[in-house]
Amino acid sequence: MHFRAFPAFFLLLLCFCFVPGRTVSAQEKPYFITYSQDLEEPGNLEIETKTALAHPDGGNHYGAMAMEFEYGARAWWTTELYLDGQATANESAIFTGFRWENRFRPLMSEHWINPVLYVEYENITGADKNMLEVVGHDGASDLAEPNDEARQNHEHEGELKLILSSNLKSWNISENFIAEKNLGHEPWEFGYAVGASRPLRTLSSGRECVYCLDKFFAGVEAYGGLGDTWDLTLHETSHYIAPLLGWQLPRGMRLSFSPGFGVTSTSLGRVYRAGVAFEVPQVGSWFRSGKGGAR
Amino acid sequence: MKVPRLSALLTIAFCASLALAASETRLDQVPPKDHARMNPLAGKPEAVAAGALLYKDHCAQCHQADAVGDGKKKPSLKTDRVRTATDGDLEWFLRQGDRSHGMPSWSSLPEARRWQIIAYLRSIQ
Repeated sequence: MHFRAFPAFFLLLLCFCFVPGRTVSAQEKPYFITYSQDLEEPGNLEIETKTALAHPDGGNHYGAMAMEFEYGARAWWTTELYLDGQATANESAIFTGFRWENRFRPLMSEHWINPVLYVEYENITGADKNMLEVVGHDGASDLAEPNDEARQNHEHEGELKLILSSNLKSWNISENFIAEKNLGHEPWEFGYAVGASRPLRTLSSGRECVYCLDKFFAGVEAYGGLGDTWDLTLHETSHYIAPLLGWQLPRGMRLSFSPGFGVTSTSLGRVYRAGVAFEVPQVGSWFRSGKGGAR
Repeated sequence: MKVPRLSALLTIAFCASLALAASETRLDQVPPKDHARMNPLAGKPEAVAAGALLYKDHCAQCHQADAVGDGKKKPSLKTDRVRTATDGDLEWFLRQGDRSHGMPSWSSLPEARRWQIIAYLRSIQ
């Protein structure tokens, strides 16, 4: 199936942008790769697109987009569906698969360090270029492979993450340890992501403003591969460091942007990421109350 | 007959402990250090105004715009229990949440914003 993914993604996004009812603004961090302890509020649905733009050596420019539907099933459990696609210059625009992830808070109280358990199933092709995590010996050469060849390679993968996260004063500091397994005969691959972020102003301004400093978040994240069970070394692994900027807009919209810089020869030189998120409150109650609209 | 009697006693003890735990609300679990904390923004009109906006963004979807809840799982915030709670109790509760009853933690908000919300909650009691 040669699915033209991007028009469909944008249409879906537009539809949700005009959903009636109240909107809310979650205090989501502007991370693209790193997960913090924050879960979706129970009953809320967040729809987010994450776009990555890059130009691997020996390959064509590409834009990859993941569309994320994140639902707060419980105060301690968030479930998410990702639909992935990409468009590569001079090649094609294709749907590359889906991911289903779940995050659980095993402890009911807040601590200095808060653990979150993450379990994901991925059904994607080798042409997926979203780089929502970097593991094992992932490198820029994987992203230069032509779509027609790469999409023949179907990957069924399981992924586990241990997320450790702390809110210290106004800072959030998060560390993720990643273990990914292709369910075929492939080794376990490992990776990491760490991030720190904070709002530019901690006190709320008390005004319905768009450009107030308290609406902006800044931070930095670093992520990369740590080898696999066949070759548990940093040899030929990719690592990135990426400053972050987030902007909370009215009506539950959030924008985020991050230029990432590869720090090893195996990494992409640069990767630009942009995210647009929209949060719809209390979606579950639309179906329960039978009255329509969020309460 | 000893074994059934013992199991009956254990069952009664278990049920009693459950009932005791259920009667203790989350606000009864606040550590003394947090209980004694004061809102540094108390009485400041700008904190109340900012808290009102934060309440609208983060709390009103469950507790309603007028803070009276939905009469079911999402409780009113205009109760004696909230009125008699200290500022420190409320800050601790916002920070910790009550996940087993559906209340998320708001530790992701900077502490100053939690105090602004509390200043607003005090103003509407």
